[in-house]
Order: sequence, then structure tokens, then C-alpha cells
Amino acid sequence: MSAVAPPKPSAPPAARRSARDSSASWRWTDRLGLAFAWFLGLTFLAVTAAIVLYMMVQGIRYVRPELFVTHPAAGVTERASGGFLDPLMGTVIVALMAMAIAFPLGLAIGVWLSEYGRPSWLARVTESTIEMLAGSPSIVFALFGTLLFEQGAFAFLSRTNDGVVYGRSFFAAASMLSLIALPLIVANVREGLQAIPGHVREASYAVGKTRIATTRRVLLPAARPSVVTGAMLGVGRIIGDTAIIVILLGATLRFTESGDVPLLSTLKGTGSTLTTFVYANAPTGEINQPEKAFAAGFVLLSMVLALNFAVDVAARRGRRWR
Amino acid sequence: MALASRTHRASRGLLPDQRAELMLGALVCAVLLFVLLLVVFVFKEAWPSFDHNGFGWFGADGNPDQQVQEIYTSANLLRRPVYTFHAWPIIWGTLLTTLGAVTLSFVSALFVSVFVVEFAPEAIKRILEPVVRLLASVPSVIFGLLGVLILVPFIGNHVITDGNRRSVAYIVSLSGYSLLAGVLILSLMIAPLMIAVFSDGLRAVPRGWLEGSLGLGINRWRTFWKIGVRTARPALVAGTVLATARALGETVMLAMVTGGVSFAPNPADGLIFFVEPTRPLAATILQTAEELTSEPMRHTIFAMAAVLLFSAAMLSLAGWAAKQPMKRYGVRA
Amino acid sequence: MMNASPPPVRRLPLTGTEAQVIEPAEQPTVVMPAGSTVPGAPSFTSAPRRKIGSSPLAVDRMHVDALSIAYGSKLAVKEVSLPIRQGEVLALIGPSGCGKTTLLRSLNRLTELTKTASMKGRILLDGEDIATLEPTALRRRVTMVFQQPNPFPMSVFDNVAYVLREQASRRPRKAALQGAVRSALERAGLYDEVASDLAHPALRLSGGQQQRLCIARALAADPEVLLLDEPCSALDPASTQRIEELIVHLREQVAVVIVTHNLQQAYRIADRVAFMYLGELVEFGPAEQVFGAPREARTKEYVSGGFG
Repeated sequence: MSAVAPPKPSAPPAARRSARDSSASWRWTDRLGLAFAWFLGLTFLAVTAAIVLYMMVQGIRYVRPELFVTHPAAGVTERASGGFLDPLMGTVIVALMAMAIAFPLGLAIGVWLSEYGRPSWLARVTESTIEMLAGSPSIVFALFGTLLFEQGAFAFLSRTNDGVVYGRSFFAAASMLSLIALPLIVANVREGLQAIPGHVREASYAVGKTRIATTRRVLLPAARPSVVTGAMLGVGRIIGDTAIIVILLGATLRFTESGDVPLLSTLKGTGSTLTTFVYANAPTGEINQPEKAFAAGFVLLSMVLALNFAVDVAARRGRRWR
Repeated sequence: MALASRTHRASRGLLPDQRAELMLGALVCAVLLFVLLLVVFVFKEAWPSFDHNGFGWFGADGNPDQQVQEIYTSANLLRRPVYTFHAWPIIWGTLLTTLGAVTLSFVSALFVSVFVVEFAPEAIKRILEPVVRLLASVPSVIFGLLGVLILVPFIGNHVITDGNRRSVAYIVSLSGYSLLAGVLILSLMIAPLMIAVFSDGLRAVPRGWLEGSLGLGINRWRTFWKIGVRTARPALVAGTVLATARALGETVMLAMVTGGVSFAPNPADGLIFFVEPTRPLAATILQTAEELTSEPMRHTIFAMAAVLLFSAAMLSLAGWAAKQPMKRYGVRA
Repeated sequence: MMNASPPPVRRLPLTGTEAQVIEPAEQPTVVMPAGSTVPGAPSFTSAPRRKIGSSPLAVDRMHVDALSIAYGSKLAVKEVSLPIRQGEVLALIGPSGCGKTTLLRSLNRLTELTKTASMKGRILLDGEDIATLEPTALRRRVTMVFQQPNPFPMSVFDNVAYVLREQASRRPRKAALQGAVRSALERAGLYDEVASDLAHPALRLSGGQQQRLCIARALAADPEVLLLDEPCSALDPASTQRIEELIVHLREQVAVVIVTHNLQQAYRIADRVAFMYLGELVEFGPAEQVFGAPREARTKEYVSGGFG
């Protein structure tokens, strides 16, 4: 029973501190509760550490430098199946493209909500919509993407196979991926702007600057840590998504171009990312080569951890106004 | 001269500020319109499936996997498209995984956040917070990978006995791919979200209230639970809604570990209930997505997506509604 | 308001030490009739007082014995000794930072919540060293009302019933609590105002009502000592007056210690006054003496508004 809770840190002095406010005096239900809290907290810690360590260990076992630069190949054994250059590039391309759409949009919406927001019913609708986007499953966006890019106006941006529009491409995937990053960017931009005290705005208006100029020159630079945090969180979500990629980027492991224009054909074509690569190489996937899955997973996890770390650093620097 | 040019400019058009506001507003409206289009088109594509099946769409009649096969092939053969689809096993699977994970997660997250905010020693606090954030950002496919390689074999070899397998042999085959695996991993995935929101709410409790309770002679644990947790109820609601939405939309991990068969786990099977396989909505969509080319199949898939979308919207509404009564007693939402 | 019968004596320790009773004869001889002035005395001593002199029988409840409290290396309270009696209102006065709040909070061991706090000397409650008592049990016998009214975000009834519900081993039913809640609210002078709707949210009461609710909440556990930390500083004059009357009325039933910045308030309601300066107890004595004819020069300077 005494192993339940550690004694509270006692104040230095006095000889007579016999009955401290320790949990030993509580009712047993309270002590049980505290024990449970300790147990869960430590278990949580342990499980997370186990996951990260296991992935790291397995990853280091299976990651080899040449994997980064070899194309995936259709091979039966692990050695013959090549590396994950294409998926790696795919992840990067898709993240860049999606952020190219999501970032300006998210910034604009965040600024509008924070600094303008008129008429108020429109602001409320916008807030609800962004919230709805945040809570919707990404697979629904993926399905809508097939509508857009297979039959809709954007069909020219996706892969065509002898005239049959396939509906899969980097454009398709990136545009839907931007939807999942958007709420994060909007939320962080708003938070960053709202944390700036009113007198800063008043000072700027007082010298005659317009609202938009104030926002561009004074507020956004001040809110930069939050904006950056939002962007990085957005990137994190994008590179971690699998559903949209599977449906909208097609199942080809290697980049398959569509058309003749050099860069555009790649983007119009299909490919894969690290996430679909892991999905396909897992025992439940088509290829079933767990070692490759671990290797790719390791790289993916490292990217995510790095982003996480960067977000922490940026958040700490953003404490200026607090 | 200068005066003339200024008035000339003013009469010519909008001030830069108004232009900016209009442009931003237009952008916002464009996005809103896009989302509206999304919702409208998803429901439009879903309609034929609902139309053909009526409320029976949600019922239980036959095996959804077989029905899916028939729907798909009906488009290839030149006969009338088949839309018959009774999704209950899939819906039941979704309900079980979501509610199971949310319940498990809620209890754990509540205790862990109370622990992190109030009772943990400084050193553990400093480690636990980044760890929670880390767990929240791990991609779901990695959870799926680990689940398939560690948890599923464990359940298959050590939890399920041969006797279990025999007893349901004619109905379903038990491997480690199960409801249990899905629920366990899903709760691990959504717990960090809840912990983050709960902790924020608990930290925002005015210290005066906590001190008042301590000053009356109530111990720290009870003080924190009775006053702190009670005050943080809006945060508890918000965190739960967020986590439930995430659980509902979880696609890849569940597709990998729950078994890939549209089976409705049967509570009457006793403990075996937990290790029966199933396949929630989102996972089903993912695994049937290649069949989008077939038109009746496409409508069926969109119908499932429409159900998901609708549920997510209802969830948000429920969360908003749950916070209203609390405002009466001064619990700030 | 003057009680001829002795106040109820409760929970005396089983060791048999008797409560120390002050005989009327021990009262100070300096009595200030209303309206008269002594040269050099602060001007407000000519204002009518609510009552004159201590209650005839005051029972010793707590005793502070050479208490020193330090936060880290900085001494906040230096070797203070004074008695706290039921039947009396003890006011702790002094400029900001003089240690009066620290002293008050040490009486129910709230100072322990600060990690850097350390203590020397002892405090006795009915003869027992409070350091040997279980802190939560102590705080139910010695309860505190804080500066900012802090009613919990619940109904009036739930606020008052809070301690009763939490300290009982089996959660009492609402019917069983009705009597206790009502009596606590009556003692706090709030019952008439809230009787019509005990489920009213506590945070919707006015500031003065909230503070009286906090007092009722503190009284619900039937404490022996009531500590008040500048209870009226956030309230308007009308509410302040009501609470001051309440405090004077309560002194028969509980020992009252009040920390206040407001010298007029101390003069109005206190029987004994302790003047602290920079952690030291400079002067302790009956109110008339500390305000009318202070022995120490520093006291004289402070009560006449020279600093603070």
C-alpha cells in the first residue's frame, strides 16, 4: 500500500513534521484513484517509448543507404525488390503541392476570421465549416476527389489511359490533402493573431496604416511562430495520411507518367508515398515484405518526429506575448 | 495638383483596405462553396443506393461482402444494375470499434490528464507532455504495421484458443485480426487527443476554487476531481467529440487489423465476441475503392461515405448541444 | 449581543487541560468611551464602535508559540506568539508584506502548499500541536474564507453541502443535509435571501452574497476557528457592513481571526489587535489600547496613517 504514491516533497526544516499531507491519510477510494492515475500515466509512457524504440530498432536493422536511392522493383525477395526512392520523393512532392494550396488559403481564411470577419453570420458559417473539415474522415475527401478528377472539370489534370480518364494523379491527391491541412493552419493563424494585444493594432492604425497593411507588416510577422507551427502541423498530417493517397494517387509503386510534358507528366501521373509503400509492404498488403515496411516506416516516423521537434521549438519561441 | 489626384483616386474605385477585405472574403466564400459542393456531390452520388434500398440499407440481411460482389459484377454483365445492400454488419462494426475505443480512451485519458496536470512529479510532467504530443503525430499506417506484426499474432496465438475457433468454425474463422486489436490500437491513437484537450481544460480551472476547497479541509485528490474535473467538463466534451470524430474516420489502421470481412461480432458468443473480425465503414470504403469504376458500386461506396459524413456532422452538433446546460452554473465553455 | 452565559465549549482534548478562561478582571483598564479622544489618537477612534470590550468569557482555542516561517531563505514571520480565543475577534493589521497573511495561512497549514515554505515553533489547537494533526482534518476545524469570493460553480445548496458530502464516509442523502445547510446559511445571514431557491447557481449571486455564501460554506463543517483573509476588500460598503456585523455575531461561536488592510474596519470589529511589521509582532493587545494608546512608536505611526 505504501508503494502507491511517493511522499510529497517536504519543506526543509522543522523537526516535527509528522503528519504531512500525504496520501496515506486519504480514504481508500482516493488512494486507489491516485494509484490508478500513476499506473496509467506510467503505462502510457512505457507504451509510447516501446513503440518508438521498436520502430527505431527495426528500422535500423532494415534501413540501408541504397534504399534511399533505388527505385522499387517487382521482386520476390527483399533484396530484389529495390528501395523506396519513388515513395520518398512522392511524399515530398505531395507535401509541397498540398501545402502550396493549403498554406495561402489557410492564411487568408485565418486572417479574414481574425481581423475582418464581417458579416458575422459568414464568420460563424466559416468557423463551422472549418470545424467540419477538421472532423471529417479523409476518405470522404478522397472519394470526392475521384468525382472531381475522374469526371469533373479537373479531369485533364489526372492520368488518362488511352482516353479513359483514370482519375489519379499527384494533382488530385494534393488538392484533397490540402483540405486536411487547412483546419490546422487556420486554427494556428487565428491563435497567433488573436494573441497579439489590441494596443499593437491601435498603434498601427493610429499612424494611418490600413488594416491590410497592418496585418501584412505588423501582425503576421509577430504571429510567425504560430503560423509556422500551423504549417508544420499541416505537413505532419499530410505526410501521415494514407487513405487519400491510396485512392487518389493510384497503386503504382513507381512514378508512372502521363503525357509528354516533362514535369507535368509526372505530376499528372500516379505514384506512391511512404505511407502507401508501408501499407503495401505490410503483411496485409499486396507485396508483403515486412522488412521494407519497417525501413520505410522508420523513415516516415523520423520525418514526423523531426517535424514534432521543430513544432516544439517554434512554440517555445512563440511565447513572446504571453 | 496633389489634391486633385487624391480625389481622383478616391472616386475611381475602392480603397486598398476594402479591396483586400473583398478579396479575402471572396477567397473564403470560394472555399465554403467548395465544401458545399463536396457535401452536395457526395450525397448526390450516394442517393441511388439509398433509393434502391430504403431504410433496409441500414438493416441486416445477408452478407455485405457477397452483396458487394454482386453489385460490382452487375455492372460488367449487361444486365440491370444491382443495388441490394444491407450494411448492418459494417455499421455494427463501426459502432463497436468507435464506442469501444472512445470509452477505453476516455477513462485512461481522464486519469492521465489529472495525473499530468496535478499529481505527477515535475520530472515526469516534463517527459509526459512531449510524449503525448509525439504519440498524436504518429501516422496511422505505422500503428497498423505494428498492430499487424505484434498485436494480431499475439491475439491469434495466445488469446484465442482452439476451442474458441472450433466453436464458431461454421460462422467465421478466428485469426488474430479482430475487433479487440482494432479497439486497443484505436484507443491508443485517440487517447493523446483527449489528453491534450483535457489537460488544457484542467489547467484553466481558477486556482481560487481549488484553494477554497483545500482550505475547507478536502484532500487534494477529491478537490481536484470534484472541483477541477467538474469545471473542466466543457473541455471533456470537446475532447471526446474530437476523438470520436477521429475514431470514426480512422481508415488504414482498422483496415489492416480488424480482419477485412464484413462480419457483425455477436455478443451472444460471450468472450469470443471480442476476437471476432469485422470491418468498419471507412475501412470498407478503402478496401472496395478499386471497384469505383463500376457505377452501382460507386453509388454504394458513396452511400457509405455519406453515412460517415453525416455522422461526423451530427457529432459536432451533439458536442455543441452538450455544452449548453453547463453554462448555467458558470462553468465557462 | 453580550452573552452572559459561557460560550459552548467543544472538542477539548482528552488530556484534560482546561481551556484558559480570561476573567473579566484581567481586561485592560483603558476603556474608550465613544466620542472621547486622546491626544495623538487616530481620528476614527472617535467614531462609535460596534461594541466595547471583549465578551466576558473568552476561551483559548489556539496558541501560536514562537512561530517563524520562511520562504526559502527569506523570513516572513519572525518569532510570533499570540493566543486566539473564542468569543473574540482578533485582527491582524500591518502594511503590505508584513507577514500577516502568511501567519493566517499557517494557522490551517495552507503554507505547506508552497514548496519553499519552512516553519519553526509551534501552533497549538486546543492543546494539540497542529503539525501532528492530519491536515485535512485540521482544516475542517480551522477553516478559511478568502479575499476573493470563490463559490464553486454549483448551486447554493451544493456549495454549502460540499464539505459535508465530501467528509462523510457514506455520501449523505440530500434530505439529511437540509438541516445542516439551512443552519449554516442562517448563521451566515444569507438564508432569507436564498431560501426561495437553493438550486440557484452560486456564481449568479452578488459579490456580497457570494462572500456570505463562502462564510456559510466554511461554517457548515462546524469549525472551531474561522480565518478570514481580507474578506471585504473586494466588496462594496453595504456588503462590507453586513459581513462585519456577521463577524461580530459569530465570535461567540467560533474564534475569529481576520486579516485586514482597513484600519477602520479593524477598529470597528476587533476585540484584540495584533500589529505586525516586517514579520515581527510589534504590538498585541485590546483594540482600544492599540488604537488609542499604543505602546510602540511604530504602532502609533501606523495607526495614525504615517505609513502603510
